[in-house]
Amino acid sequence: MKNKLKENIMSGVFLFCACVSILAVALICVFLFANGIPAMKKIGLLNFLLGKKWKPGNDIYGILPMILGSVYVTAGAIVIGVPIGILAAVFMTRFCPDRLRKFLKPAVDLLAGIPSVVYGFFGLMVIVPAVRQIFGGSGTSMLAASIVLGIMILPTIISVSESSLRAVPESYYEGARALGATHERSVFMTVLPAAKSGVTAGVILGIGRAIGETMAVIMVAGNQAAMPGGLTRGVRTMTANIVLEMGYAADLHREALIATAVVLFVFILIINLSFSLLKRRSESK
Amino acid sequence: MTKTTAIAKTAAAPQKSGGVSGAKAQAAVLRTLVYAAACLTFGALLCLIIYIFLKGIPNLSLDLFSPTYNSENVSLFPALINTVIMTLLSLLIAVPLGVFSAIYLVEYAKRGNKLVGLVRITTETLQGIPSIVYGLFGFLLFVTTFSWGYSLLAGALTLVIMILPVIMRTTEEALKSVPDSYREGSFGLGAGRLRTVFKIVLPSAVPGILSGVVLSTGRIVGETAALIYTAGTVAQVPPDLLGSGRTMAVHLYALWSEGLNTEQSYATAVVLLLIVVLLNAASGALAKKITLK
Repeated sequence: MKNKLKENIMSGVFLFCACVSILAVALICVFLFANGIPAMKKIGLLNFLLGKKWKPGNDIYGILPMILGSVYVTAGAIVIGVPIGILAAVFMTRFCPDRLRKFLKPAVDLLAGIPSVVYGFFGLMVIVPAVRQIFGGSGTSMLAASIVLGIMILPTIISVSESSLRAVPESYYEGARALGATHERSVFMTVLPAAKSGVTAGVILGIGRAIGETMAVIMVAGNQAAMPGGLTRGVRTMTANIVLEMGYAADLHREALIATAVVLFVFILIINLSFSLLKRRSESK
Repeated sequence: MTKTTAIAKTAAAPQKSGGVSGAKAQAAVLRTLVYAAACLTFGALLCLIIYIFLKGIPNLSLDLFSPTYNSENVSLFPALINTVIMTLLSLLIAVPLGVFSAIYLVEYAKRGNKLVGLVRITTETLQGIPSIVYGLFGFLLFVTTFSWGYSLLAGALTLVIMILPVIMRTTEEALKSVPDSYREGSFGLGAGRLRTVFKIVLPSAVPGILSGVVLSTGRIVGETAALIYTAGTVAQVPPDLLGSGRTMAVHLYALWSEGLNTEQSYATAVVLLLIVVLLNAASGALAKKITLK
């Protein structure tokens, strides 16, 4: 009898714990939307999303510069990180001797584990001065942010692509080789296309990382709250906007910052959704 | 695996069957690209580690480890203690929570349970949320709604939500890899479900759970954006959990934003990087232990 009671209580506890993650997502949505949407209404949705000026002192809150900043910097990170990441994943699955791979796999994990402030710090001390010397200006720029983010999304892209490349049946490769294709041609024309949806999923996950990254971007991007003016000029992303001003913001200004987070959150939800759709498709194959 | 390597080796050897020279050129170009990408990736990692260590180690001094922080010694010691407190506190809450939910998903939920699908979707969502959004949420819920102010507790609870999916996923995988015969044997001897879970299934899943814990520790140690507006940026060890205190990563960020102590920030970066490297080595060793089994 006592045992039965204990069983029931504990299975209730387990059930409750399983519900915590649902509760957490619900709470995050409620708190963000409840605090952010009223501000969007007060400012006017279009004024907020498409306004080109962010001047909290004059109660002007347009986050278009920040949205574009996030999009441009992420696009830059993709241009740099995606080709290198996919090629590096190809290297690790098809070009790399086993003995070397034993060292490279932990290296990719380490690349994923390095804190973003350390990346930011490295960017500030190495990449920013390099950009300054080559292109002039202050160096803290869209280009510097893109390079740092490009490095930061590498481990995500490499590990997801690698596992989907490994899942391609060996017969694809062998078939191509048997037809006389070179090793390189077999890998790029048969194995890589077969892993396409997995690789795309990795890229999408990388995009999510890049657009949500905060600390590293703040340290190297310059953070001017104005429309992005070019690769070598400073930009401010949505994430940077929140961190930089949240400390002293009050009233509508604070709500506008939370509304910025809502916009970011919606971006992330869309990215997540497309990631899970793609993942499901590649798994069902 | 060995087969692949063998094929790779024959391919690397010069092609005897005098193929069209165009194919050869194409192969050479592709191969160069692949090698270049690999060099860039691992070169960047090496460059980062070597640079931080070279710049940081000469700046390490005993002053940095004095028990309290002031603007003269720029001590990182309080931040180090705060990091340890923050890690322990978050793990203390998140590990039972994550392990119990994984137990529910793997051992208790029946096939086709709708709740399981919902939990999967929410944990996937949680994993994609950027840390600044967690930070803002923690700020709105714990700091303002609960009016705890900037505090270690608010920071830790925010981190709990952040690492929960990691612990859940690793525990789930560990539980699933425990063979069913263990459970059947235990049931056969008359043990109840609860007893089976705690005495038979969980002990065999410990290495897997531990690797999740180490992974989460790495995330806690490196986290900044989620902590600035929850745990705050006071550079001392607070008297209790409702006081504000900054961890190592926040300390490094704060040093940058003050912009005064470059040498000390190099040294702080080295210590932070060293902790992360050690944690990674630990999780690697654990993973090896699991696969050897």
